[in-house]
Amino acid sequence: MASRIWASKAASYLKISTFNRGFASVVKDLKYAESHEWVKVSGNSATIGITDHAQDHLGDVVYVELPEIGTAVTQGSGFGAVESVKATSDINSPVSGKVVEVNEELTSSPGLVNGSPYENGWIIKVEISDTNEVSSLMDSEQYSKFCEEEDNH
Amino acid sequence: MLEMATRQVARAGLPLMNIVRMKGVPILQQLEIEERLLRTSSNNWCIINDGTDKPSIVMGISGKPAELVEIRPVVEDKVPVIRRFTGGGTVVVDHGTIFVSFICNKDDVAGVQPYPRPIMSWSSLLYSHVFQGVADFRLRENDYVFGLRKFGGNAQSITKNRWIHHTSFLWDYEARNMSYLKLPKRTPEYRLARDHLDFICPMKDYLSRPDFIAKTIDAAGSLFSVESTEFEAVKPSSNMEFAPTSRLLTIKELEAACKTSI
Repeated sequence: MASRIWASKAASYLKISTFNRGFASVVKDLKYAESHEWVKVSGNSATIGITDHAQDHLGDVVYVELPEIGTAVTQGSGFGAVESVKATSDINSPVSGKVVEVNEELTSSPGLVNGSPYENGWIIKVEISDTNEVSSLMDSEQYSKFCEEEDNH
Repeated sequence: MLEMATRQVARAGLPLMNIVRMKGVPILQQLEIEERLLRTSSNNWCIINDGTDKPSIVMGISGKPAELVEIRPVVEDKVPVIRRFTGGGTVVVDHGTIFVSFICNKDDVAGVQPYPRPIMSWSSLLYSHVFQGVADFRLRENDYVFGLRKFGGNAQSITKNRWIHHTSFLWDYEARNMSYLKLPKRTPEYRLARDHLDFICPMKDYLSRPDFIAKTIDAAGSLFSVESTEFEAVKPSSNMEFAPTSRLLTIKELEAACKTSI
């Protein structure tokens, strides 16, 4: 009982919504793309990663292909890849702009994408070129429904 | 008459798949064709390459030669080492290898989510039709096996709306070529502690090359409306804009890898 109360308090503090087993977690205040990437927007800066739903479906990530700093990214287009099981899977950018930082930790610890998809498993930081693009992304509630529909298909 | 009409109607409702049959095409060229079709085509493809022209080592996208390959004999024997665009492990391929690759729009493969494990399961269902009544075929972890012996290795690349699942089938192989490979860090559990040659088996004991290829095309034909496409239509040409990412490692890179591993 105590651990459940603790978990729920922790979830509330971190603004994580947790669901029953079988549903992936989402974080309020982030925006989400249909290709299962999340973005945290702060002014013209964006931090990007893949969602809990994505990492769960991909399996253990063993390698992350990161872009060079300075690379241009376009909303909806690929900028890197993760390797899991026997597959490389594209990571697509939810916003357009320029890569200003990459998470070098992922080179030695690619599993951060699985263990901490919304925190330590962030992948790139981008200087956004068009903040209007953010409005076309889903909020956490819309994304949760989207995942549910996709998994029930 | 009615049965034939019904079959044609059923075929008409299936998504189209172009079958390209090749023989002895160099593996690097095959990989370049596949990556280009994955990234720039909107059609479904089945590429079959019946053997490749010379023995080559092919690593997955994150493969490190020092960990996976016996570099000194590879350099001495001038064996090409290629890093391919898909994930997965390291294989030695030669004229005894049969390659089958499926490149699909995710929406043309109903009920299969575009992730590694659902695609892997889908592929094993397709091949279970190929080997029905022939052998004890199954997908074990991520390999195709007869019983406990691997005869087919798989790898994939998944983009937003399309994916490729490709397989190298050991129709036959030379033990000498297998000795170029080291025991990798990550091995499937079912391998246990077996040496490579105790872990793999050739398909030739079960099915002839023409039979395997014919049955594979038949199995594809139960899911897609298949049509033959000439190799000339997909062969790389000098004016193509797409830049493939699979590449041949240089001798310098292999020698540098050898030094850092000491």
